[in-house]
Parts: sequence; C-alpha cells; structure tokens
Amino acid sequence: MSVRHALLAFLSARPKYGLQLREEFEESTGEVWPLNVGQVYTTLQRLERDGMIESDESEDEPGPQKVFKITEAGRVELDQWLNTPPDMAQPPRDELVIKVLSALRVPGVSVHDVIQVHRRYLVELMQQWTRLKEDEADFDLTFALVGDAELFRLDSVVRWLDAADSRLKRAALEPPDTKPAPLIRRRLVTRR
Amino acid sequence: MSLLELHQVSKFYGEGETAVRALYEMDLSVDEGQFVAVMGPSGSGKSTLLTIAGSLEEPSSGEVYVGGAALSRMGRNDKARLRRRAIGYVFQDFNLLPGLSAAENVALPLELDGVPSRRALQIGCSTLERLALADRAGHYPDQLSGGERQRVAIARALVGERRLLLADEPSGALDSRNGEAVMRIIFDACRSGVGAVVVTHDPHLASWADRVVFLRDGRVANAPDAVAGASAGRPLASPG
Repeated sequence: MSVRHALLAFLSARPKYGLQLREEFEESTGEVWPLNVGQVYTTLQRLERDGMIESDESEDEPGPQKVFKITEAGRVELDQWLNTPPDMAQPPRDELVIKVLSALRVPGVSVHDVIQVHRRYLVELMQQWTRLKEDEADFDLTFALVGDAELFRLDSVVRWLDAADSRLKRAALEPPDTKPAPLIRRRLVTRR
Repeated sequence: MSLLELHQVSKFYGEGETAVRALYEMDLSVDEGQFVAVMGPSGSGKSTLLTIAGSLEEPSSGEVYVGGAALSRMGRNDKARLRRRAIGYVFQDFNLLPGLSAAENVALPLELDGVPSRRALQIGCSTLERLALADRAGHYPDQLSGGERQRVAIARALVGERRLLLADEPSGALDSRNGEAVMRIIFDACRSGVGAVVVTHDPHLASWADRVVFLRDGRVANAPDAVAGASAGRPLASPG
C-alpha cells in the first residue's frame, strides 16, 4: 500500500490539511487500513522534500496548521504510479504455500489435514467478510470494493488449497516419475 | 426445530469389492432459518448427500428425517407428496420448462399438488414479485437471462409452504454478479425461516452460509482446529 501515492491522489483535487488527509485515507480504504497521524506527516515531509507537494501556512484558519498542495512534478509522479502495474512477476514468499510444502516433508503429518485446517479458517474469514459486506455495502461503496478485493483474494487461496489437495491425492495414486527433473527454471518476464 | 436430519447415512453403489462408497456414516442437521453450504471436491459425496436428503435416492443405511418424519417409513406416494409440499430443489442448469412462462413454471408444483390453476398462478406471481421478478412473470425461459432463469427456479423451489431448499451448484452457470444475487435470495429466504442446503465448490458463494460442511471421500472432513494465534480469528486485516 503506497501511502505516498494515496496522499498525492487526495491532493490532486484541491489543497488539504494533514488531518483531513488522514481522514480521507481511512475513508478511502473503507476504514480497513488505519493510518496514524505521525505517518501522514512524515510522508508529507518527504513528498515536500522531493518537490511533489508544497506547503503553506493556512490563510483562512488561525494556528500552526499547514495546507498542502500538489506540484506539477507531483501530478506527473501520480499519473505514472496509477498507470504502472505493480511487480507481480515473481511469486511472493507466501507463508501458507510454504506451510503446505513443508508439511509434505514432516513424517507423521497429514498434508490433507493441514490443508483442511487452513481451508476451514479461510472460509470462516470469508463468511465474516460476506456478513460485513452484507451489512455495509449498500451504504459504503468503498467498503464494498475493499470487501470484494479481500473476498476474491481469500477465494483464490482456498481454490489453490483445493487444487493442491486434488493434485496430492492424484500423485499418491500414481507411480513416481523416474525421469530426472529438468534443471531449467523458467522466469516470468513481463513488459512494464 | 430441525427441518432435516441425517443420522449415520451411508450410500454404496455396486456390491462386493467393486462397491463405491459415496457417503459414509454422515450426520447432518439443518434447523429452520439455517443456511448450510456443503463443499468438497468432485466425487466427495456432495450431490449424493443432496439427492438422499431430498428423498430422490435411498440410503444404503442410516435414516433421514424431513420435518421430523422418517423417510424410511414412508411409501412412494407419501414421499412424492413430501417432495411437492416440503422440499424445493434448485439445479445448476435451472430445469425450467421451456413451453411455460415464468409464472406458470413457478405455479407448476402447486398445480401438481391439486391447487386450482388460477389460484396457483396468483401464488406464482406473488412469489416472483417477492424476488423482484414481477415484470418477468409472462416471459418464457428463452426470453430471460441466465440470472433471471435461476431466480425463477428458486421462486419455483420456494413457492407454497415449502421450508427446505436443496440446491446443487445453483450459481455454477452464472457470472459472479448473478451468482451473488442468487446466494442473496437464498440468504434472505433463510432469514424468513427456510432451511437451505447448498452444494457448491465456490468458496465465495459458500461464505454466504451460516455453516460450512466440508466433505472428503464421502465423510465430513475432520481436521484439528486452527491454532489460535496472532492471525487466527481476526476478521479485518491491518497494514502491519
């Protein structure tokens, strides 16, 4: 999650105060990702140092609050960020995948039971998200979008567990392949 | 009250060494207003569970109770009456009759049960209205979208006094938006007291249920509970 770029996005419409930005950040993520005010100000200082934003003492309001506005360089940076896909070419070091792969090597452990523990837990999490979405989504579009993202992410993990379960079951029924494994590992290359 | 109970239900196909075990000593209880999803890989016994619960097939051993009545003590006619009056089925491929309008399809189980056709049609139309399909009552199945056809099929399954809904992959042929709409209708029906058993391989859709039962090789998949830890039981992720 790029707090830096989210703040640039919030400043793209009009200048704002730091506290306003924190509130907007939490609203924009359906209040799922809380953000402390210290992190907001540290990020704003860095953005100002890098020439992406400028600050001004408030003219309308008395007191020390600064108002921040985006610069032209900030707009270019924001536009580039929005249109650059995140790097997803390399598989992440996924803890759940590692647990299942490790279970295969531990004597006396049923990998199917390990898979089932995680499957059940993930579906329970999905039930909680579906209830929350059911209660809130009609009133809060942002929360509905975040809820969808989380449900699809968990869904994909459960589907991987299902596929792994079936693959391991098939493998247990088939004789092991005696051919040596190929040494070449393909790397994904994507145009960015 | 328990609408559906399975006690130690087993089902074998074939005999001797070639017998295939589809279900083994299965226990399941579904109360009024409860939404149960059944998940499991192909061949795990999900569909067999549904056909036995709906009295379309008999178990090799064990007992099934629908509304407190044991199916093994019922004759063919009693079971047929039970299926018409107490149980609604929903299939993946909708199974609507192409020559009947949406309202006529919904009214059909009532007519088969002896309700005069005009009255059956009135009830059919009001059931469609409850599912926001009033403007589709006169349409034929080929004039409806996939999502609308499945909603009509659910209306047909819920029409009359039926309190037990059995659905086999009801959203399998639908896109995610229509699949979610179908699950929402079943969810709402359960809030009004219907008990539902929905077989699905789709975790997203199973997450609508109050309870999820996992089947594996004809049995409920038992595995130790997740170890309570930093990540377990927390509904919302934080940026960390």
